[in-house]
Amino acid sequence: MIEVQHLSKSYGRVTAVDDISFRVERGEILGFLGPNGAGKTTTMRILTGYMPATKGKAIVAGFDVFDQPVEAKRRTGYLPETPPLYLDMSVLEYLEFVAKIKGVPPTGRAARVKAVMERTRIADMASRQCGKLSKGYKQRVGLAQALIHNPDVLILDEPTAGLDPKQIIETRQLIKDLAGDHTIVLSTHILPEVSQTCQRVVIINKGRVVAVDTPDNLTARLRGSETMYIQVDLDGAEPASVTGALGRVAGVTRVVESDRRERLAGFEVASESGRDVRRELARTVVSNGWGLLELRPMRMSLEEVFLSLTTDDAAAAAPAEGETANA
Amino acid sequence: MRNILAIAHKELRSYFASPIAYIVIGFFALLYGFFFVAIMRYFVNSSMQAGLMGGAQAMNVNQQLIRPLLQNFLVVNLFLLPMVTMRTYSQEKQSGTIELLLTSPITDFEIVMGKFLGAMGLYIAMLAVTVFHLAVLYMYGRPEWRPIVTSYVGLILFGACFVSVGMFISSLSKNQIVAGSVTFVIFLLLWVINWIGSFAGPTGEKLTAYLSIVDHFDDFSKGVIDTTHLIYYLSFITFGLFLTAKSVDSERWRG
Repeated sequence: MIEVQHLSKSYGRVTAVDDISFRVERGEILGFLGPNGAGKTTTMRILTGYMPATKGKAIVAGFDVFDQPVEAKRRTGYLPETPPLYLDMSVLEYLEFVAKIKGVPPTGRAARVKAVMERTRIADMASRQCGKLSKGYKQRVGLAQALIHNPDVLILDEPTAGLDPKQIIETRQLIKDLAGDHTIVLSTHILPEVSQTCQRVVIINKGRVVAVDTPDNLTARLRGSETMYIQVDLDGAEPASVTGALGRVAGVTRVVESDRRERLAGFEVASESGRDVRRELARTVVSNGWGLLELRPMRMSLEEVFLSLTTDDAAAAAPAEGETANA
Repeated sequence: MRNILAIAHKELRSYFASPIAYIVIGFFALLYGFFFVAIMRYFVNSSMQAGLMGGAQAMNVNQQLIRPLLQNFLVVNLFLLPMVTMRTYSQEKQSGTIELLLTSPITDFEIVMGKFLGAMGLYIAMLAVTVFHLAVLYMYGRPEWRPIVTSYVGLILFGACFVSVGMFISSLSKNQIVAGSVTFVIFLLLWVINWIGSFAGPTGEKLTAYLSIVDHFDDFSKGVIDTTHLIYYLSFITFGLFLTAKSVDSERWRG
């Protein structure tokens, strides 16, 4: 549905996107993950025909976005980072205007607007002025706007940014419901969001694709360097003896005391890749008569993901290339 | 065409949804009414004096009342039109709605034309106010209609020139105030450029006279539609709209 080949974009001397390639199949949700300034927005803007690429090719719904922009745009819905609302229009007026310029035929336009408002749950706000809506509603109107012409491809730039947790869950659910009918590309800088909504992830950093994979594979690959956090009630024991005992558990490579509050001590335990040492750790603590208060895998922050993906070039780059080729 | 009209309708709607349309038309009506009264008083006085002198010839309403009046219409627009055009692109850029327009299945040309027609709609609404004053003249006199019609053709062309330049300037900046003030300065320059004509040398004089946007209006106000002026205005408008479209396009490349 979407095919990006060797896409590059430079602004003057600054290269925002550097030779990226990926594919998205029909009905799939692809997550675009990267820190701020990685080139996510630029890539999306190229896909939507907002700006041309410096080099390379992008084909959306069978049309080259540069050679046949109008045809490609007819099949693309786009929600930019800030919803593009005319603040002096009412929600209904706004959606009717968008429907017109997106080429929704006059017969059935009103019905279409109504249906989209129902779907994004903004029907009760139809006569409210866009400028007076809350952030969450603005975002939903933005989503409604992207859906209005029933496009094959939906491109959503940080659709959950700035929403409250309840709205985030609702928006994610809506996006999941939309997949199947629509092919979706969404960008985010929140890692769990990707694993919850997307079938495939493209990680980009500094304008380059660092990895293309399913969220499960990605986490599995990253788990190699995962660490556990374990909190123990010392009950008079020396922290050093706990460190020693935990260090002797098979598979554990490193134990570091991370925090200490009176009787409670926390340790970070690193283990060999692919080996689950949680049972052994728990058994060791309990059999020594210490209190096991907490045992959890330490969540990888995005920074750590990037660190591991960008520093470990040999491990990350090779499968990433492979994925791109046979995706 | 449907897309152009959709954009034009949206533009007009937003002029009237914001205070801009009311301020522009309201102040225009006030100023124009003032000019009308002042010029008419002057005209009445002069014609009474001419009558007392044993009047050779009755004074001409078209030449001595309507023509100076419509020339004042141009002056008022020098100040008011920048307020109309400054928001055309600046506001869309500022609020990010330009992303909606540029990612919709419409061409840049359609966007430019839609915005142009929208602004022209407001300008024509302003022009419609002046019909009221003409009606008053027709109630008490018999002005000739032909020069009036050509004057209005000239006024519409003149306004279209300013709108096209104003839109181009608006497309260069995110900031409405910047766009508005630059537009005003450019309008003023186009206005007064022939002032230096007399000492700019023979070629300079011709050149500045040709560039001066008001000089071309003169014949229209006398009831003459000269193709020289028609072509001047039409090419001016086309050039302005062309620059606007190119400016939007180049913005895409520069990001």
